[in-house]
Amino acid sequence: MSDAKISSGLSRRMFMTASVSAAAVMPLVNSPTRAAQPASAKPAEPRDLSAVSMRINKQTYNLALDNRTSLLDALRDHVGLTGTKKGCDHGQCGACTVLIDGKRVLSCLSFAVMNQGREITTVEGLASAEGELHPVQKAFVDHDAFQCGYCTPGQIMSAIGCINEGHAGSEDDIREYMSGNLCRCAAYPNIVAAIVQARDETRRA
Amino acid sequence: MRPFVYERPTSVSAAIAIASRPDTVHVPSTGAGTQFIAGGTNLADYMKLGVARPERLLDLNTLAEPALRQIRIDNDKIRFGALVRMGEAADNNDVRRRCPVLADSLKFAASGQLRNMASLGGNVLQRTRCEYFREISWPCNKREPGSGCAAMEGSNRQHAVLGTSDACIATYHGDFAQALVALDATVDVEGSRGRRTLTFSKLHRRPGETPDIETDLAADELITAIEVPLAQWSSRSRYLKIRDRESYAFALASAAVALDMDGETVRSARIALGGLATVPWRAREAEDTLQGKVLDEATAQEAAEAAFADARPREHNAFKIPLGKRTLVRALLETRDMKG
Repeated sequence: MSDAKISSGLSRRMFMTASVSAAAVMPLVNSPTRAAQPASAKPAEPRDLSAVSMRINKQTYNLALDNRTSLLDALRDHVGLTGTKKGCDHGQCGACTVLIDGKRVLSCLSFAVMNQGREITTVEGLASAEGELHPVQKAFVDHDAFQCGYCTPGQIMSAIGCINEGHAGSEDDIREYMSGNLCRCAAYPNIVAAIVQARDETRRA
Repeated sequence: MRPFVYERPTSVSAAIAIASRPDTVHVPSTGAGTQFIAGGTNLADYMKLGVARPERLLDLNTLAEPALRQIRIDNDKIRFGALVRMGEAADNNDVRRRCPVLADSLKFAASGQLRNMASLGGNVLQRTRCEYFREISWPCNKREPGSGCAAMEGSNRQHAVLGTSDACIATYHGDFAQALVALDATVDVEGSRGRRTLTFSKLHRRPGETPDIETDLAADELITAIEVPLAQWSSRSRYLKIRDRESYAFALASAAVALDMDGETVRSARIALGGLATVPWRAREAEDTLQGKVLDEATAQEAAEAAFADARPREHNAFKIPLGKRTLVRALLETRDMKG
């Protein structure tokens, strides 16, 4: 009972952000783009921020970013979409998988500035406006396809890519084409079962 | 990560013009201050580690030339634009039908996500995964010429046994390149001194005394296309990759094989070995032993012995010699049993 208010009104992350690091909150969502290149003819230098405009979950974001910012850090730290997870940050674990123009990629190895004009889909963009889960999300719930859940957003995004690519034909195919997503809890059998269900539902649809 | 300037050139010539400023030429292409980036799967990783420290990145994804993104298949060749992604090439049904070794070398590399990102041009230029190259506190002749090689007496289980030198034993880990070197592919290159075509086997350099010079490319040269000649027999080809785990791992040993057969007899064999050498490795001695012979277990074994006659193991990687031989024998026999 005593937790009811917090669980309905405040997420843990909101609470932590507000109480611990209010000064660090990034108010960049839809903020007007700061000029990346000064209007003068001064040559570009590494300190310059770059302007990048992306569609993220069907909403346009105009960001001014240090060139070194990965797409992953842009999503998490600048846009506030923390569903995409940082695992290894070196392209070895798949936790940061998102869709760019419908294809699954690793957001940790993509510099954000390289995504000008692209359409990014993160796990936050899957459910319908009414809150109905994506078939892959629903299948992961149905099959209990996770334990700690940290790799799950990446698994789900990768599974969507895998099904769309036509690489979910057999369980062997699923294991081969999902091998870029590691699950240290080893929920693999349930993940494969979830993808089989989602694949069949997607085919029927 | 070292801060860098980011630019979006819109044509190959514009990219080359930026890359050919006087301060960037005449150094090994991988050490140049200006680096091209396409998928970024290798370069971004090495920039995070401080191994690659470019001051300027030229984004090739904004280049306008359509041919850079096309796969063209004729009767006698496949031409891949350099910006074609690994995944697209691996999933191309005509590539698979005409030349399975190409499709499989791509399919068994990396992961679905990485294959959607990585360009073919960048893939063949990927740099070694040697642990001592990746961690900048170690001496490494490839990263810091003259500093020494920590792998020689270090943990060298994954290191090369073929094409090594006293300066470097780092493995070339790519898969696609093994198929390309076996099939006598060529690479189209464009730079400030014009265009040229080089045979794939000339693209990479053995370490010798200068392991920092990894390719034949100048700092301002860009791969624009990769071309693979096709023959009737190209469909009898195969890529076998042996790893510590079944998927998403670099090869401990791999073999790219294509066979031109006259019944049971080998007219000619094309063989390359991966995970075992410092560069994409064409095993011509092994090919020669097979010519005109009936391919069976005994002749396959002879070929494997020839392939590793000059192998030089270190403390932890001697297992790669028998593993490499068995990999090649199996690949040869499995390729023989394919439909010609």
